[in-house]
Formats: sequence, C-alpha cells, structure tokens
Amino acid sequence: MIVPRVTDVTDRRRFLKLAGASAAGLLAGGCGWHGEPVWGALRWWERPTELLQRAIADPHRLAKEQPEGRESARFPQYFISPRLPTVDVMAWRLQVGGSVASPLSLSLGELMRLPRTTVRVRHYCIEGWTAVAEWTGVRVSELARAARADPAAEFVEFRSFDSGYWSSWDRESALHPQTLIAYGMNGDALMPGHGAPARLYSNLKYGYKSVKYLTQVNFLPRNTGGYYEERGYEWYAAL
Amino acid sequence: MQRRIKFSQPLSIRLTHWFNTVFLLAMIASGLQIFNAYPAFAEKGYEFCCYPLAGKPMPEWARLGGWLAGGLRFHFFFMWFFILNGLLYVAYVFASGEWRRRLFLPPDARGAWEMQLYYLRLRREKPDYGMYNGLQKLAYTGTLALGALSVLTGLAIWKPVSLPWLSGLLGGYVAARFWHFLIVWAFVGFIVVHLFMTLVVDREATRSMLVGTYREPADA
Repeated sequence: MIVPRVTDVTDRRRFLKLAGASAAGLLAGGCGWHGEPVWGALRWWERPTELLQRAIADPHRLAKEQPEGRESARFPQYFISPRLPTVDVMAWRLQVGGSVASPLSLSLGELMRLPRTTVRVRHYCIEGWTAVAEWTGVRVSELARAARADPAAEFVEFRSFDSGYWSSWDRESALHPQTLIAYGMNGDALMPGHGAPARLYSNLKYGYKSVKYLTQVNFLPRNTGGYYEERGYEWYAAL
Repeated sequence: MQRRIKFSQPLSIRLTHWFNTVFLLAMIASGLQIFNAYPAFAEKGYEFCCYPLAGKPMPEWARLGGWLAGGLRFHFFFMWFFILNGLLYVAYVFASGEWRRRLFLPPDARGAWEMQLYYLRLRREKPDYGMYNGLQKLAYTGTLALGALSVLTGLAIWKPVSLPWLSGLLGGYVAARFWHFLIVWAFVGFIVVHLFMTLVVDREATRSMLVGTYREPADA
C-alpha cells in the first residue's frame, strides 16, 4: 500500500476527491455487512431505548380487546426443541418460587380452580406478523398473591420444559391484569403446539417473551435474561 | 480563474447533511434486514392487497445486521441519532432564517412548474431563481415530511399496544407497517434523483455541500 506523503495531499481539490472516494469505498464495502463486531457494543444501548419505552407506555393501560369471532384461523406455533415438547399432564406441576413466602406446586386442576380470566387480543411477533387469539387462564398477579411474592422482587422469571427455554420480565408488566398463565385457547384446551399444558400469554410484549410449556414462575430480585435475549433480542421488548 | 460565489452552505447544514447521509442509509439497511424476517404484510390467515413481492427476501447487500436481532439493534441505535440530527437541522433552519430560501411554500409552485418544463425541454430559457429553484425546494422540503412520517409510522408499529390511536390513525398495524415500508422507497427514489442531479447535472452543488461555497458557472 502506498501512503501519500502529507505534501502530496495539500491540494484541497485532490484531498476532497480522495475523501469522496474513501467515503464511497466505505459505503460500498459496508454493503451486506453483518456488523458482528459492534453487536456487543450495541447491547448497552438497549438501556436508553428501554427508558424511552417506559416513558411512552402507561403500565396500567389495558391492551385493546378484539371482538368475538375475530380469532385467526391459523396461529403460528413455536418451540425450540427438535420435536414437539410434550409432558405427562398428570405428573406436570407449575412451581411458583423465588422470593415468595409460600412456594406453590400446582397441578393443572389446581391452576384451573384459581380465578379465571379471558383476553382476546392481537398478538405481535418480533418478525412482523400478527394474529388474534382468545386466551383463558390465571393472572400472574393472582399467583403472586397466592404465593405471597416479596414486593422487592423486581423481576419475574418463566421457565419451561422446551429444551430449557426461558425468559424474564419486569414485575410491572408481569403483574399487568392482561398477563396470564393460559391453559385455554380459542375456547378449547391449550394444544401441545401452543405450549400445553400451560403457557405465559400477554400481548404487552413480543411473542418470544410469552414462554410456552411452563414449569416455573420465579419472583426474583435480579434480571435473569432469557433464551432469545442471550442470542440478541431485546430484553424489555414492550409493545 | 475566480468565479463569483452565488451562495454559501452554512457549516451546520453541511454537517447535519452528511450525518444524515450515514444515519438514513443505516436506518434503511437495518430496516430492510428487519423486514426480511417476514417480507410480507398480511395478518396470518389473511391476504394483503398491495404487495406483489410477498415472501421474497431483500438482497443481502442492502441489509445491515446479519439477522433479525442484529438489524433491530442497529435500527434502534441509529433511530436516536437520525431523529436528533433531524431535529437539530430543523431547529437551525428555523432559528437562523435559512428556511426563507429553502422551504417550499405555495408561491414556489410556479417556479417548480417552470423548472420542470425547462428540464423537459418544453421551455427554452432557464427560470430565474435564488439559492434553490422551486423543484429543489419541493424535493428538499419533501424529505423533511418523509422524515417526520417515517418517525410517526415507525412509532406506530413499534408501540401498537401502548399507542393504539396512532396505529389506528394509520389504518391499523398492518397498514402502518406498509406505510413505513413505502416511505423507504420514497427515500430511495429521492436519493437516486438527488445523486444524479448533484453528481451529473450540477456538480457545483456537491462541492458546495463539502466546502460551503457554490460558484456561478464560469461563463455567467
């Protein structure tokens, strides 16, 4: 590589041409660039964007309910395991733990005896598609009350039997009245493709935050991230 | 040879212009990467009227971020600077009075029409104008409108649950996402014409955006 001596570029016109060519080269070279080297640096930038999201969203606002009959005929199914994750429903338990005064271990029958809530809302996937479904289940706030969760536990972690998939939420969004542990979908029992026997459901955040195939709900004093969050998706991810 | 200087581009304008070049290209490229995760508009189980290329991916060279998460990170990083830089530009243009010779206002319609006729060879003599002709004012003012619309439509699809009135105003989430996408192509159309006009037709304009002075043609 030939490095021009300083005196070679003192001519302003020539310098501008050189600068223009370098800029064009940078732009052309940037085409198709994945940007891996700066992904890590961009991670800390999530924080100001999260604060902006908290400023925009009113945490007590209810998501708009959809009219009856508006449910989508086709609602996509997602799991990370190579095969559809299934479990023996009789042996299945939902553990409610972490910073709680009375830890719970609920069978599906016990879960279904807790106060029941139904929401019919538009679902948003981070990929860009939407669909509508009706979900029936128990509010996470109901579990927090039943287990007497420590008010100082600022985070709620949801774990599953889908190859260890998990995600964690800020307490405020998890305890929102439209955030449910759902065991029913569109008037039927939740199907294995949608996270049976029970899954988290809320449209306050993108779909990957709604953990399917639930096994644990933990009230925690610290943020424990999540499966997709570790792979690059945003943690707060509010809609 | 000394040529008469017709006008100057203030440094604030030149700086915000070049910063915007970087931020806008990054927003478009990362946006196309995000779009690629679902290169269609229809709600699941429905058809969408107006996008014949549904399902076709965007070319790799036009994308920034490598995959959806990377594209989102870049988009929500550059978003801040794209908006901030745009606000600084608007604040400067209004505070300094620069808007008087830049902003397209209804009386400029006549000049824009005359200039269009001149470019189409339907008019022999070039119309008289100051810093910018009517068509330039229209195009540059148009980019400000596009910038504002890109932010509004972007906010609508970023916060459809928190700000339902905004996505509702735009015809719903699916429609808002489509508007956001159309604005990209309006920007791309502007960029193509802008590059042709400043690199081929009037290269003095490029020079003025770099060093600040726009010289009259040598024969004038």
